[in-house]
Amino acid sequence: MRSNILKISVYILLTISVFIIAMPVITAFIFSTQTPAEIFSYPPKFTIGKALIENYKTAWNMYHLGRYILNTFFIAVAVTVGKIAISFLAATVLVCFDIPLKRFLFIFILLTLMMPTEIMIVALFDLVTKFGWSNSYFALIVPFLASATGTFLFRQHFLQISPAIVDAAKIEGAGPIQFAMKILFPMSTNVIAALTVIEFVYVWNQYLWPLVIIRENSKQMIQIGLRMMITGQDATNWGIVMAGAVISLLPALAVFLFLQRYLTKGLFLGSEK
Amino acid sequence: MERHSLYKSKLTALMFILPTLVILIIFLYYPTFQTFKMSLYRVAFLGLSKQFVGLENYRYIFSSPEYRKIFLNTAIFVVLSVVISLVIGLFLAVLANQKIKGKTVFRLLLIWPYALPPAVAGVIFLFLFNEQSGMVNYILKHVANIALPWLSKSYLAMGVVITAFVWKMVGYNVVFYLAALQNIPKDIIEAAKVEGASIFQTFFKVTLPMLSPITLFLVVTNTIAAFFESFTFIDLITKGGPADSTTVIIYSIYRDGFEYFKTGLAAAESVILFICVVILTLIQLRVSRRMVHYEK
Repeated sequence: MRSNILKISVYILLTISVFIIAMPVITAFIFSTQTPAEIFSYPPKFTIGKALIENYKTAWNMYHLGRYILNTFFIAVAVTVGKIAISFLAATVLVCFDIPLKRFLFIFILLTLMMPTEIMIVALFDLVTKFGWSNSYFALIVPFLASATGTFLFRQHFLQISPAIVDAAKIEGAGPIQFAMKILFPMSTNVIAALTVIEFVYVWNQYLWPLVIIRENSKQMIQIGLRMMITGQDATNWGIVMAGAVISLLPALAVFLFLQRYLTKGLFLGSEK
Repeated sequence: MERHSLYKSKLTALMFILPTLVILIIFLYYPTFQTFKMSLYRVAFLGLSKQFVGLENYRYIFSSPEYRKIFLNTAIFVVLSVVISLVIGLFLAVLANQKIKGKTVFRLLLIWPYALPPAVAGVIFLFLFNEQSGMVNYILKHVANIALPWLSKSYLAMGVVITAFVWKMVGYNVVFYLAALQNIPKDIIEAAKVEGASIFQTFFKVTLPMLSPITLFLVVTNTIAAFFESFTFIDLITKGGPADSTTVIIYSIYRDGFEYFKTGLAAAESVILFICVVILTLIQLRVSRRMVHYEK
């Protein structure tokens, strides 16, 4: 009896929590379908309004969110693929090669976990501007191609591989490049999946760096596109802004839902560098 | 891996590791070093003249009331948002860890806001707490016939920014607390029950102490997130106002560096923040290592 009451109260509390957590996004979705008149009606209406298609169309075309999504998608894919490839190669060296200073190299890479872009933003801005990269996708891709997190996760994974596999590969006559591509790479799908979620979501959510380095609107990333919707001159049409918010949250949420079971492992290192 | 099974080709090794090293040196180590250097200079006329001033920028930051207020705001924001999101995160994790049906669905429904872009969270909360047309005031007016000046009263504005941050961060803490709770051996909890301990006694005397390593880890990662991710929320919701009451250090770095063109001051603030991050990361590495042992 007592345990039943307890169980029911757990369900009730969980349901209330889930509802409160979802509330802001549900509200945003409902108002993204309403005309200004409906939004300002009193009392407010919590039903789907008349401007569903209208608002999303306006956000996508007039506020160019379609364009920004395309830009961000391109950058996210480039950074994710590049980061995974580059850190895969670095980790291969740290585990499967006989080279001096291995320990030092690993620490040298790991130390960059303490250097988030935000901390050196002024100096990075100067440097990238000197390269002539302000306003270009280079500025949004190249500085993020190396990854301490990626190198660390791949290294941990490779360390669990038995030396017998390397010996066998050597006897078969596989050189280091073949070994990395034909044996290590196919064995790393879990790490690759975890890194894909971490890096894709990280790039998708980029805010401060594109805000300062990209001045040309047509090259901007999605989150700054959303920011531009509320800093316009006209009185804000909240229905359209909420439509923009819904548009820009969907891709990150989709990646998260598809790959979330791989995420926990990657999160343990904490950062997304 | 044993030595004899390693590959020996130095050239291939260099080719493989060079991309990582080159990018880290050019885009991480060098700018970090430059930030230290810039913090010792005063830049004027939009970057045209540069003058070595030694530690003057730091002296100015630590002695001016304006910057002291920024440090205080940062401390308030960080402490409140970290404590609140840890307590709520733990509470939800304990609920979701009970023997109930639909556990995985509940878990997912509790953590998904963590995947949302901070800018989306910022824009939504700006809409909800907008004074003239926001939903929160609409509902308050309807229910209690009051409307609060959410974004023009300093402590209310801070509250809104913290709420937005906590809402997005809680899911992250739920993930880790749930994993840690599932690792606590069942027999210890059962033993406490047999001894006649109440649910609350079991929680505070047995469960909570066993969660202290993960709590320390989460304090560090949440604090770092609060230092940096706060930028998006503050930029969208309050712009640091009213009267600088929500200006935290990362927002001040942006303003000094890119709006007021006081790059020396921005660099000095960055160095101060960098030192905080170094200390926190060292604690985190230590704790993560301990947790790895713990899992085995």
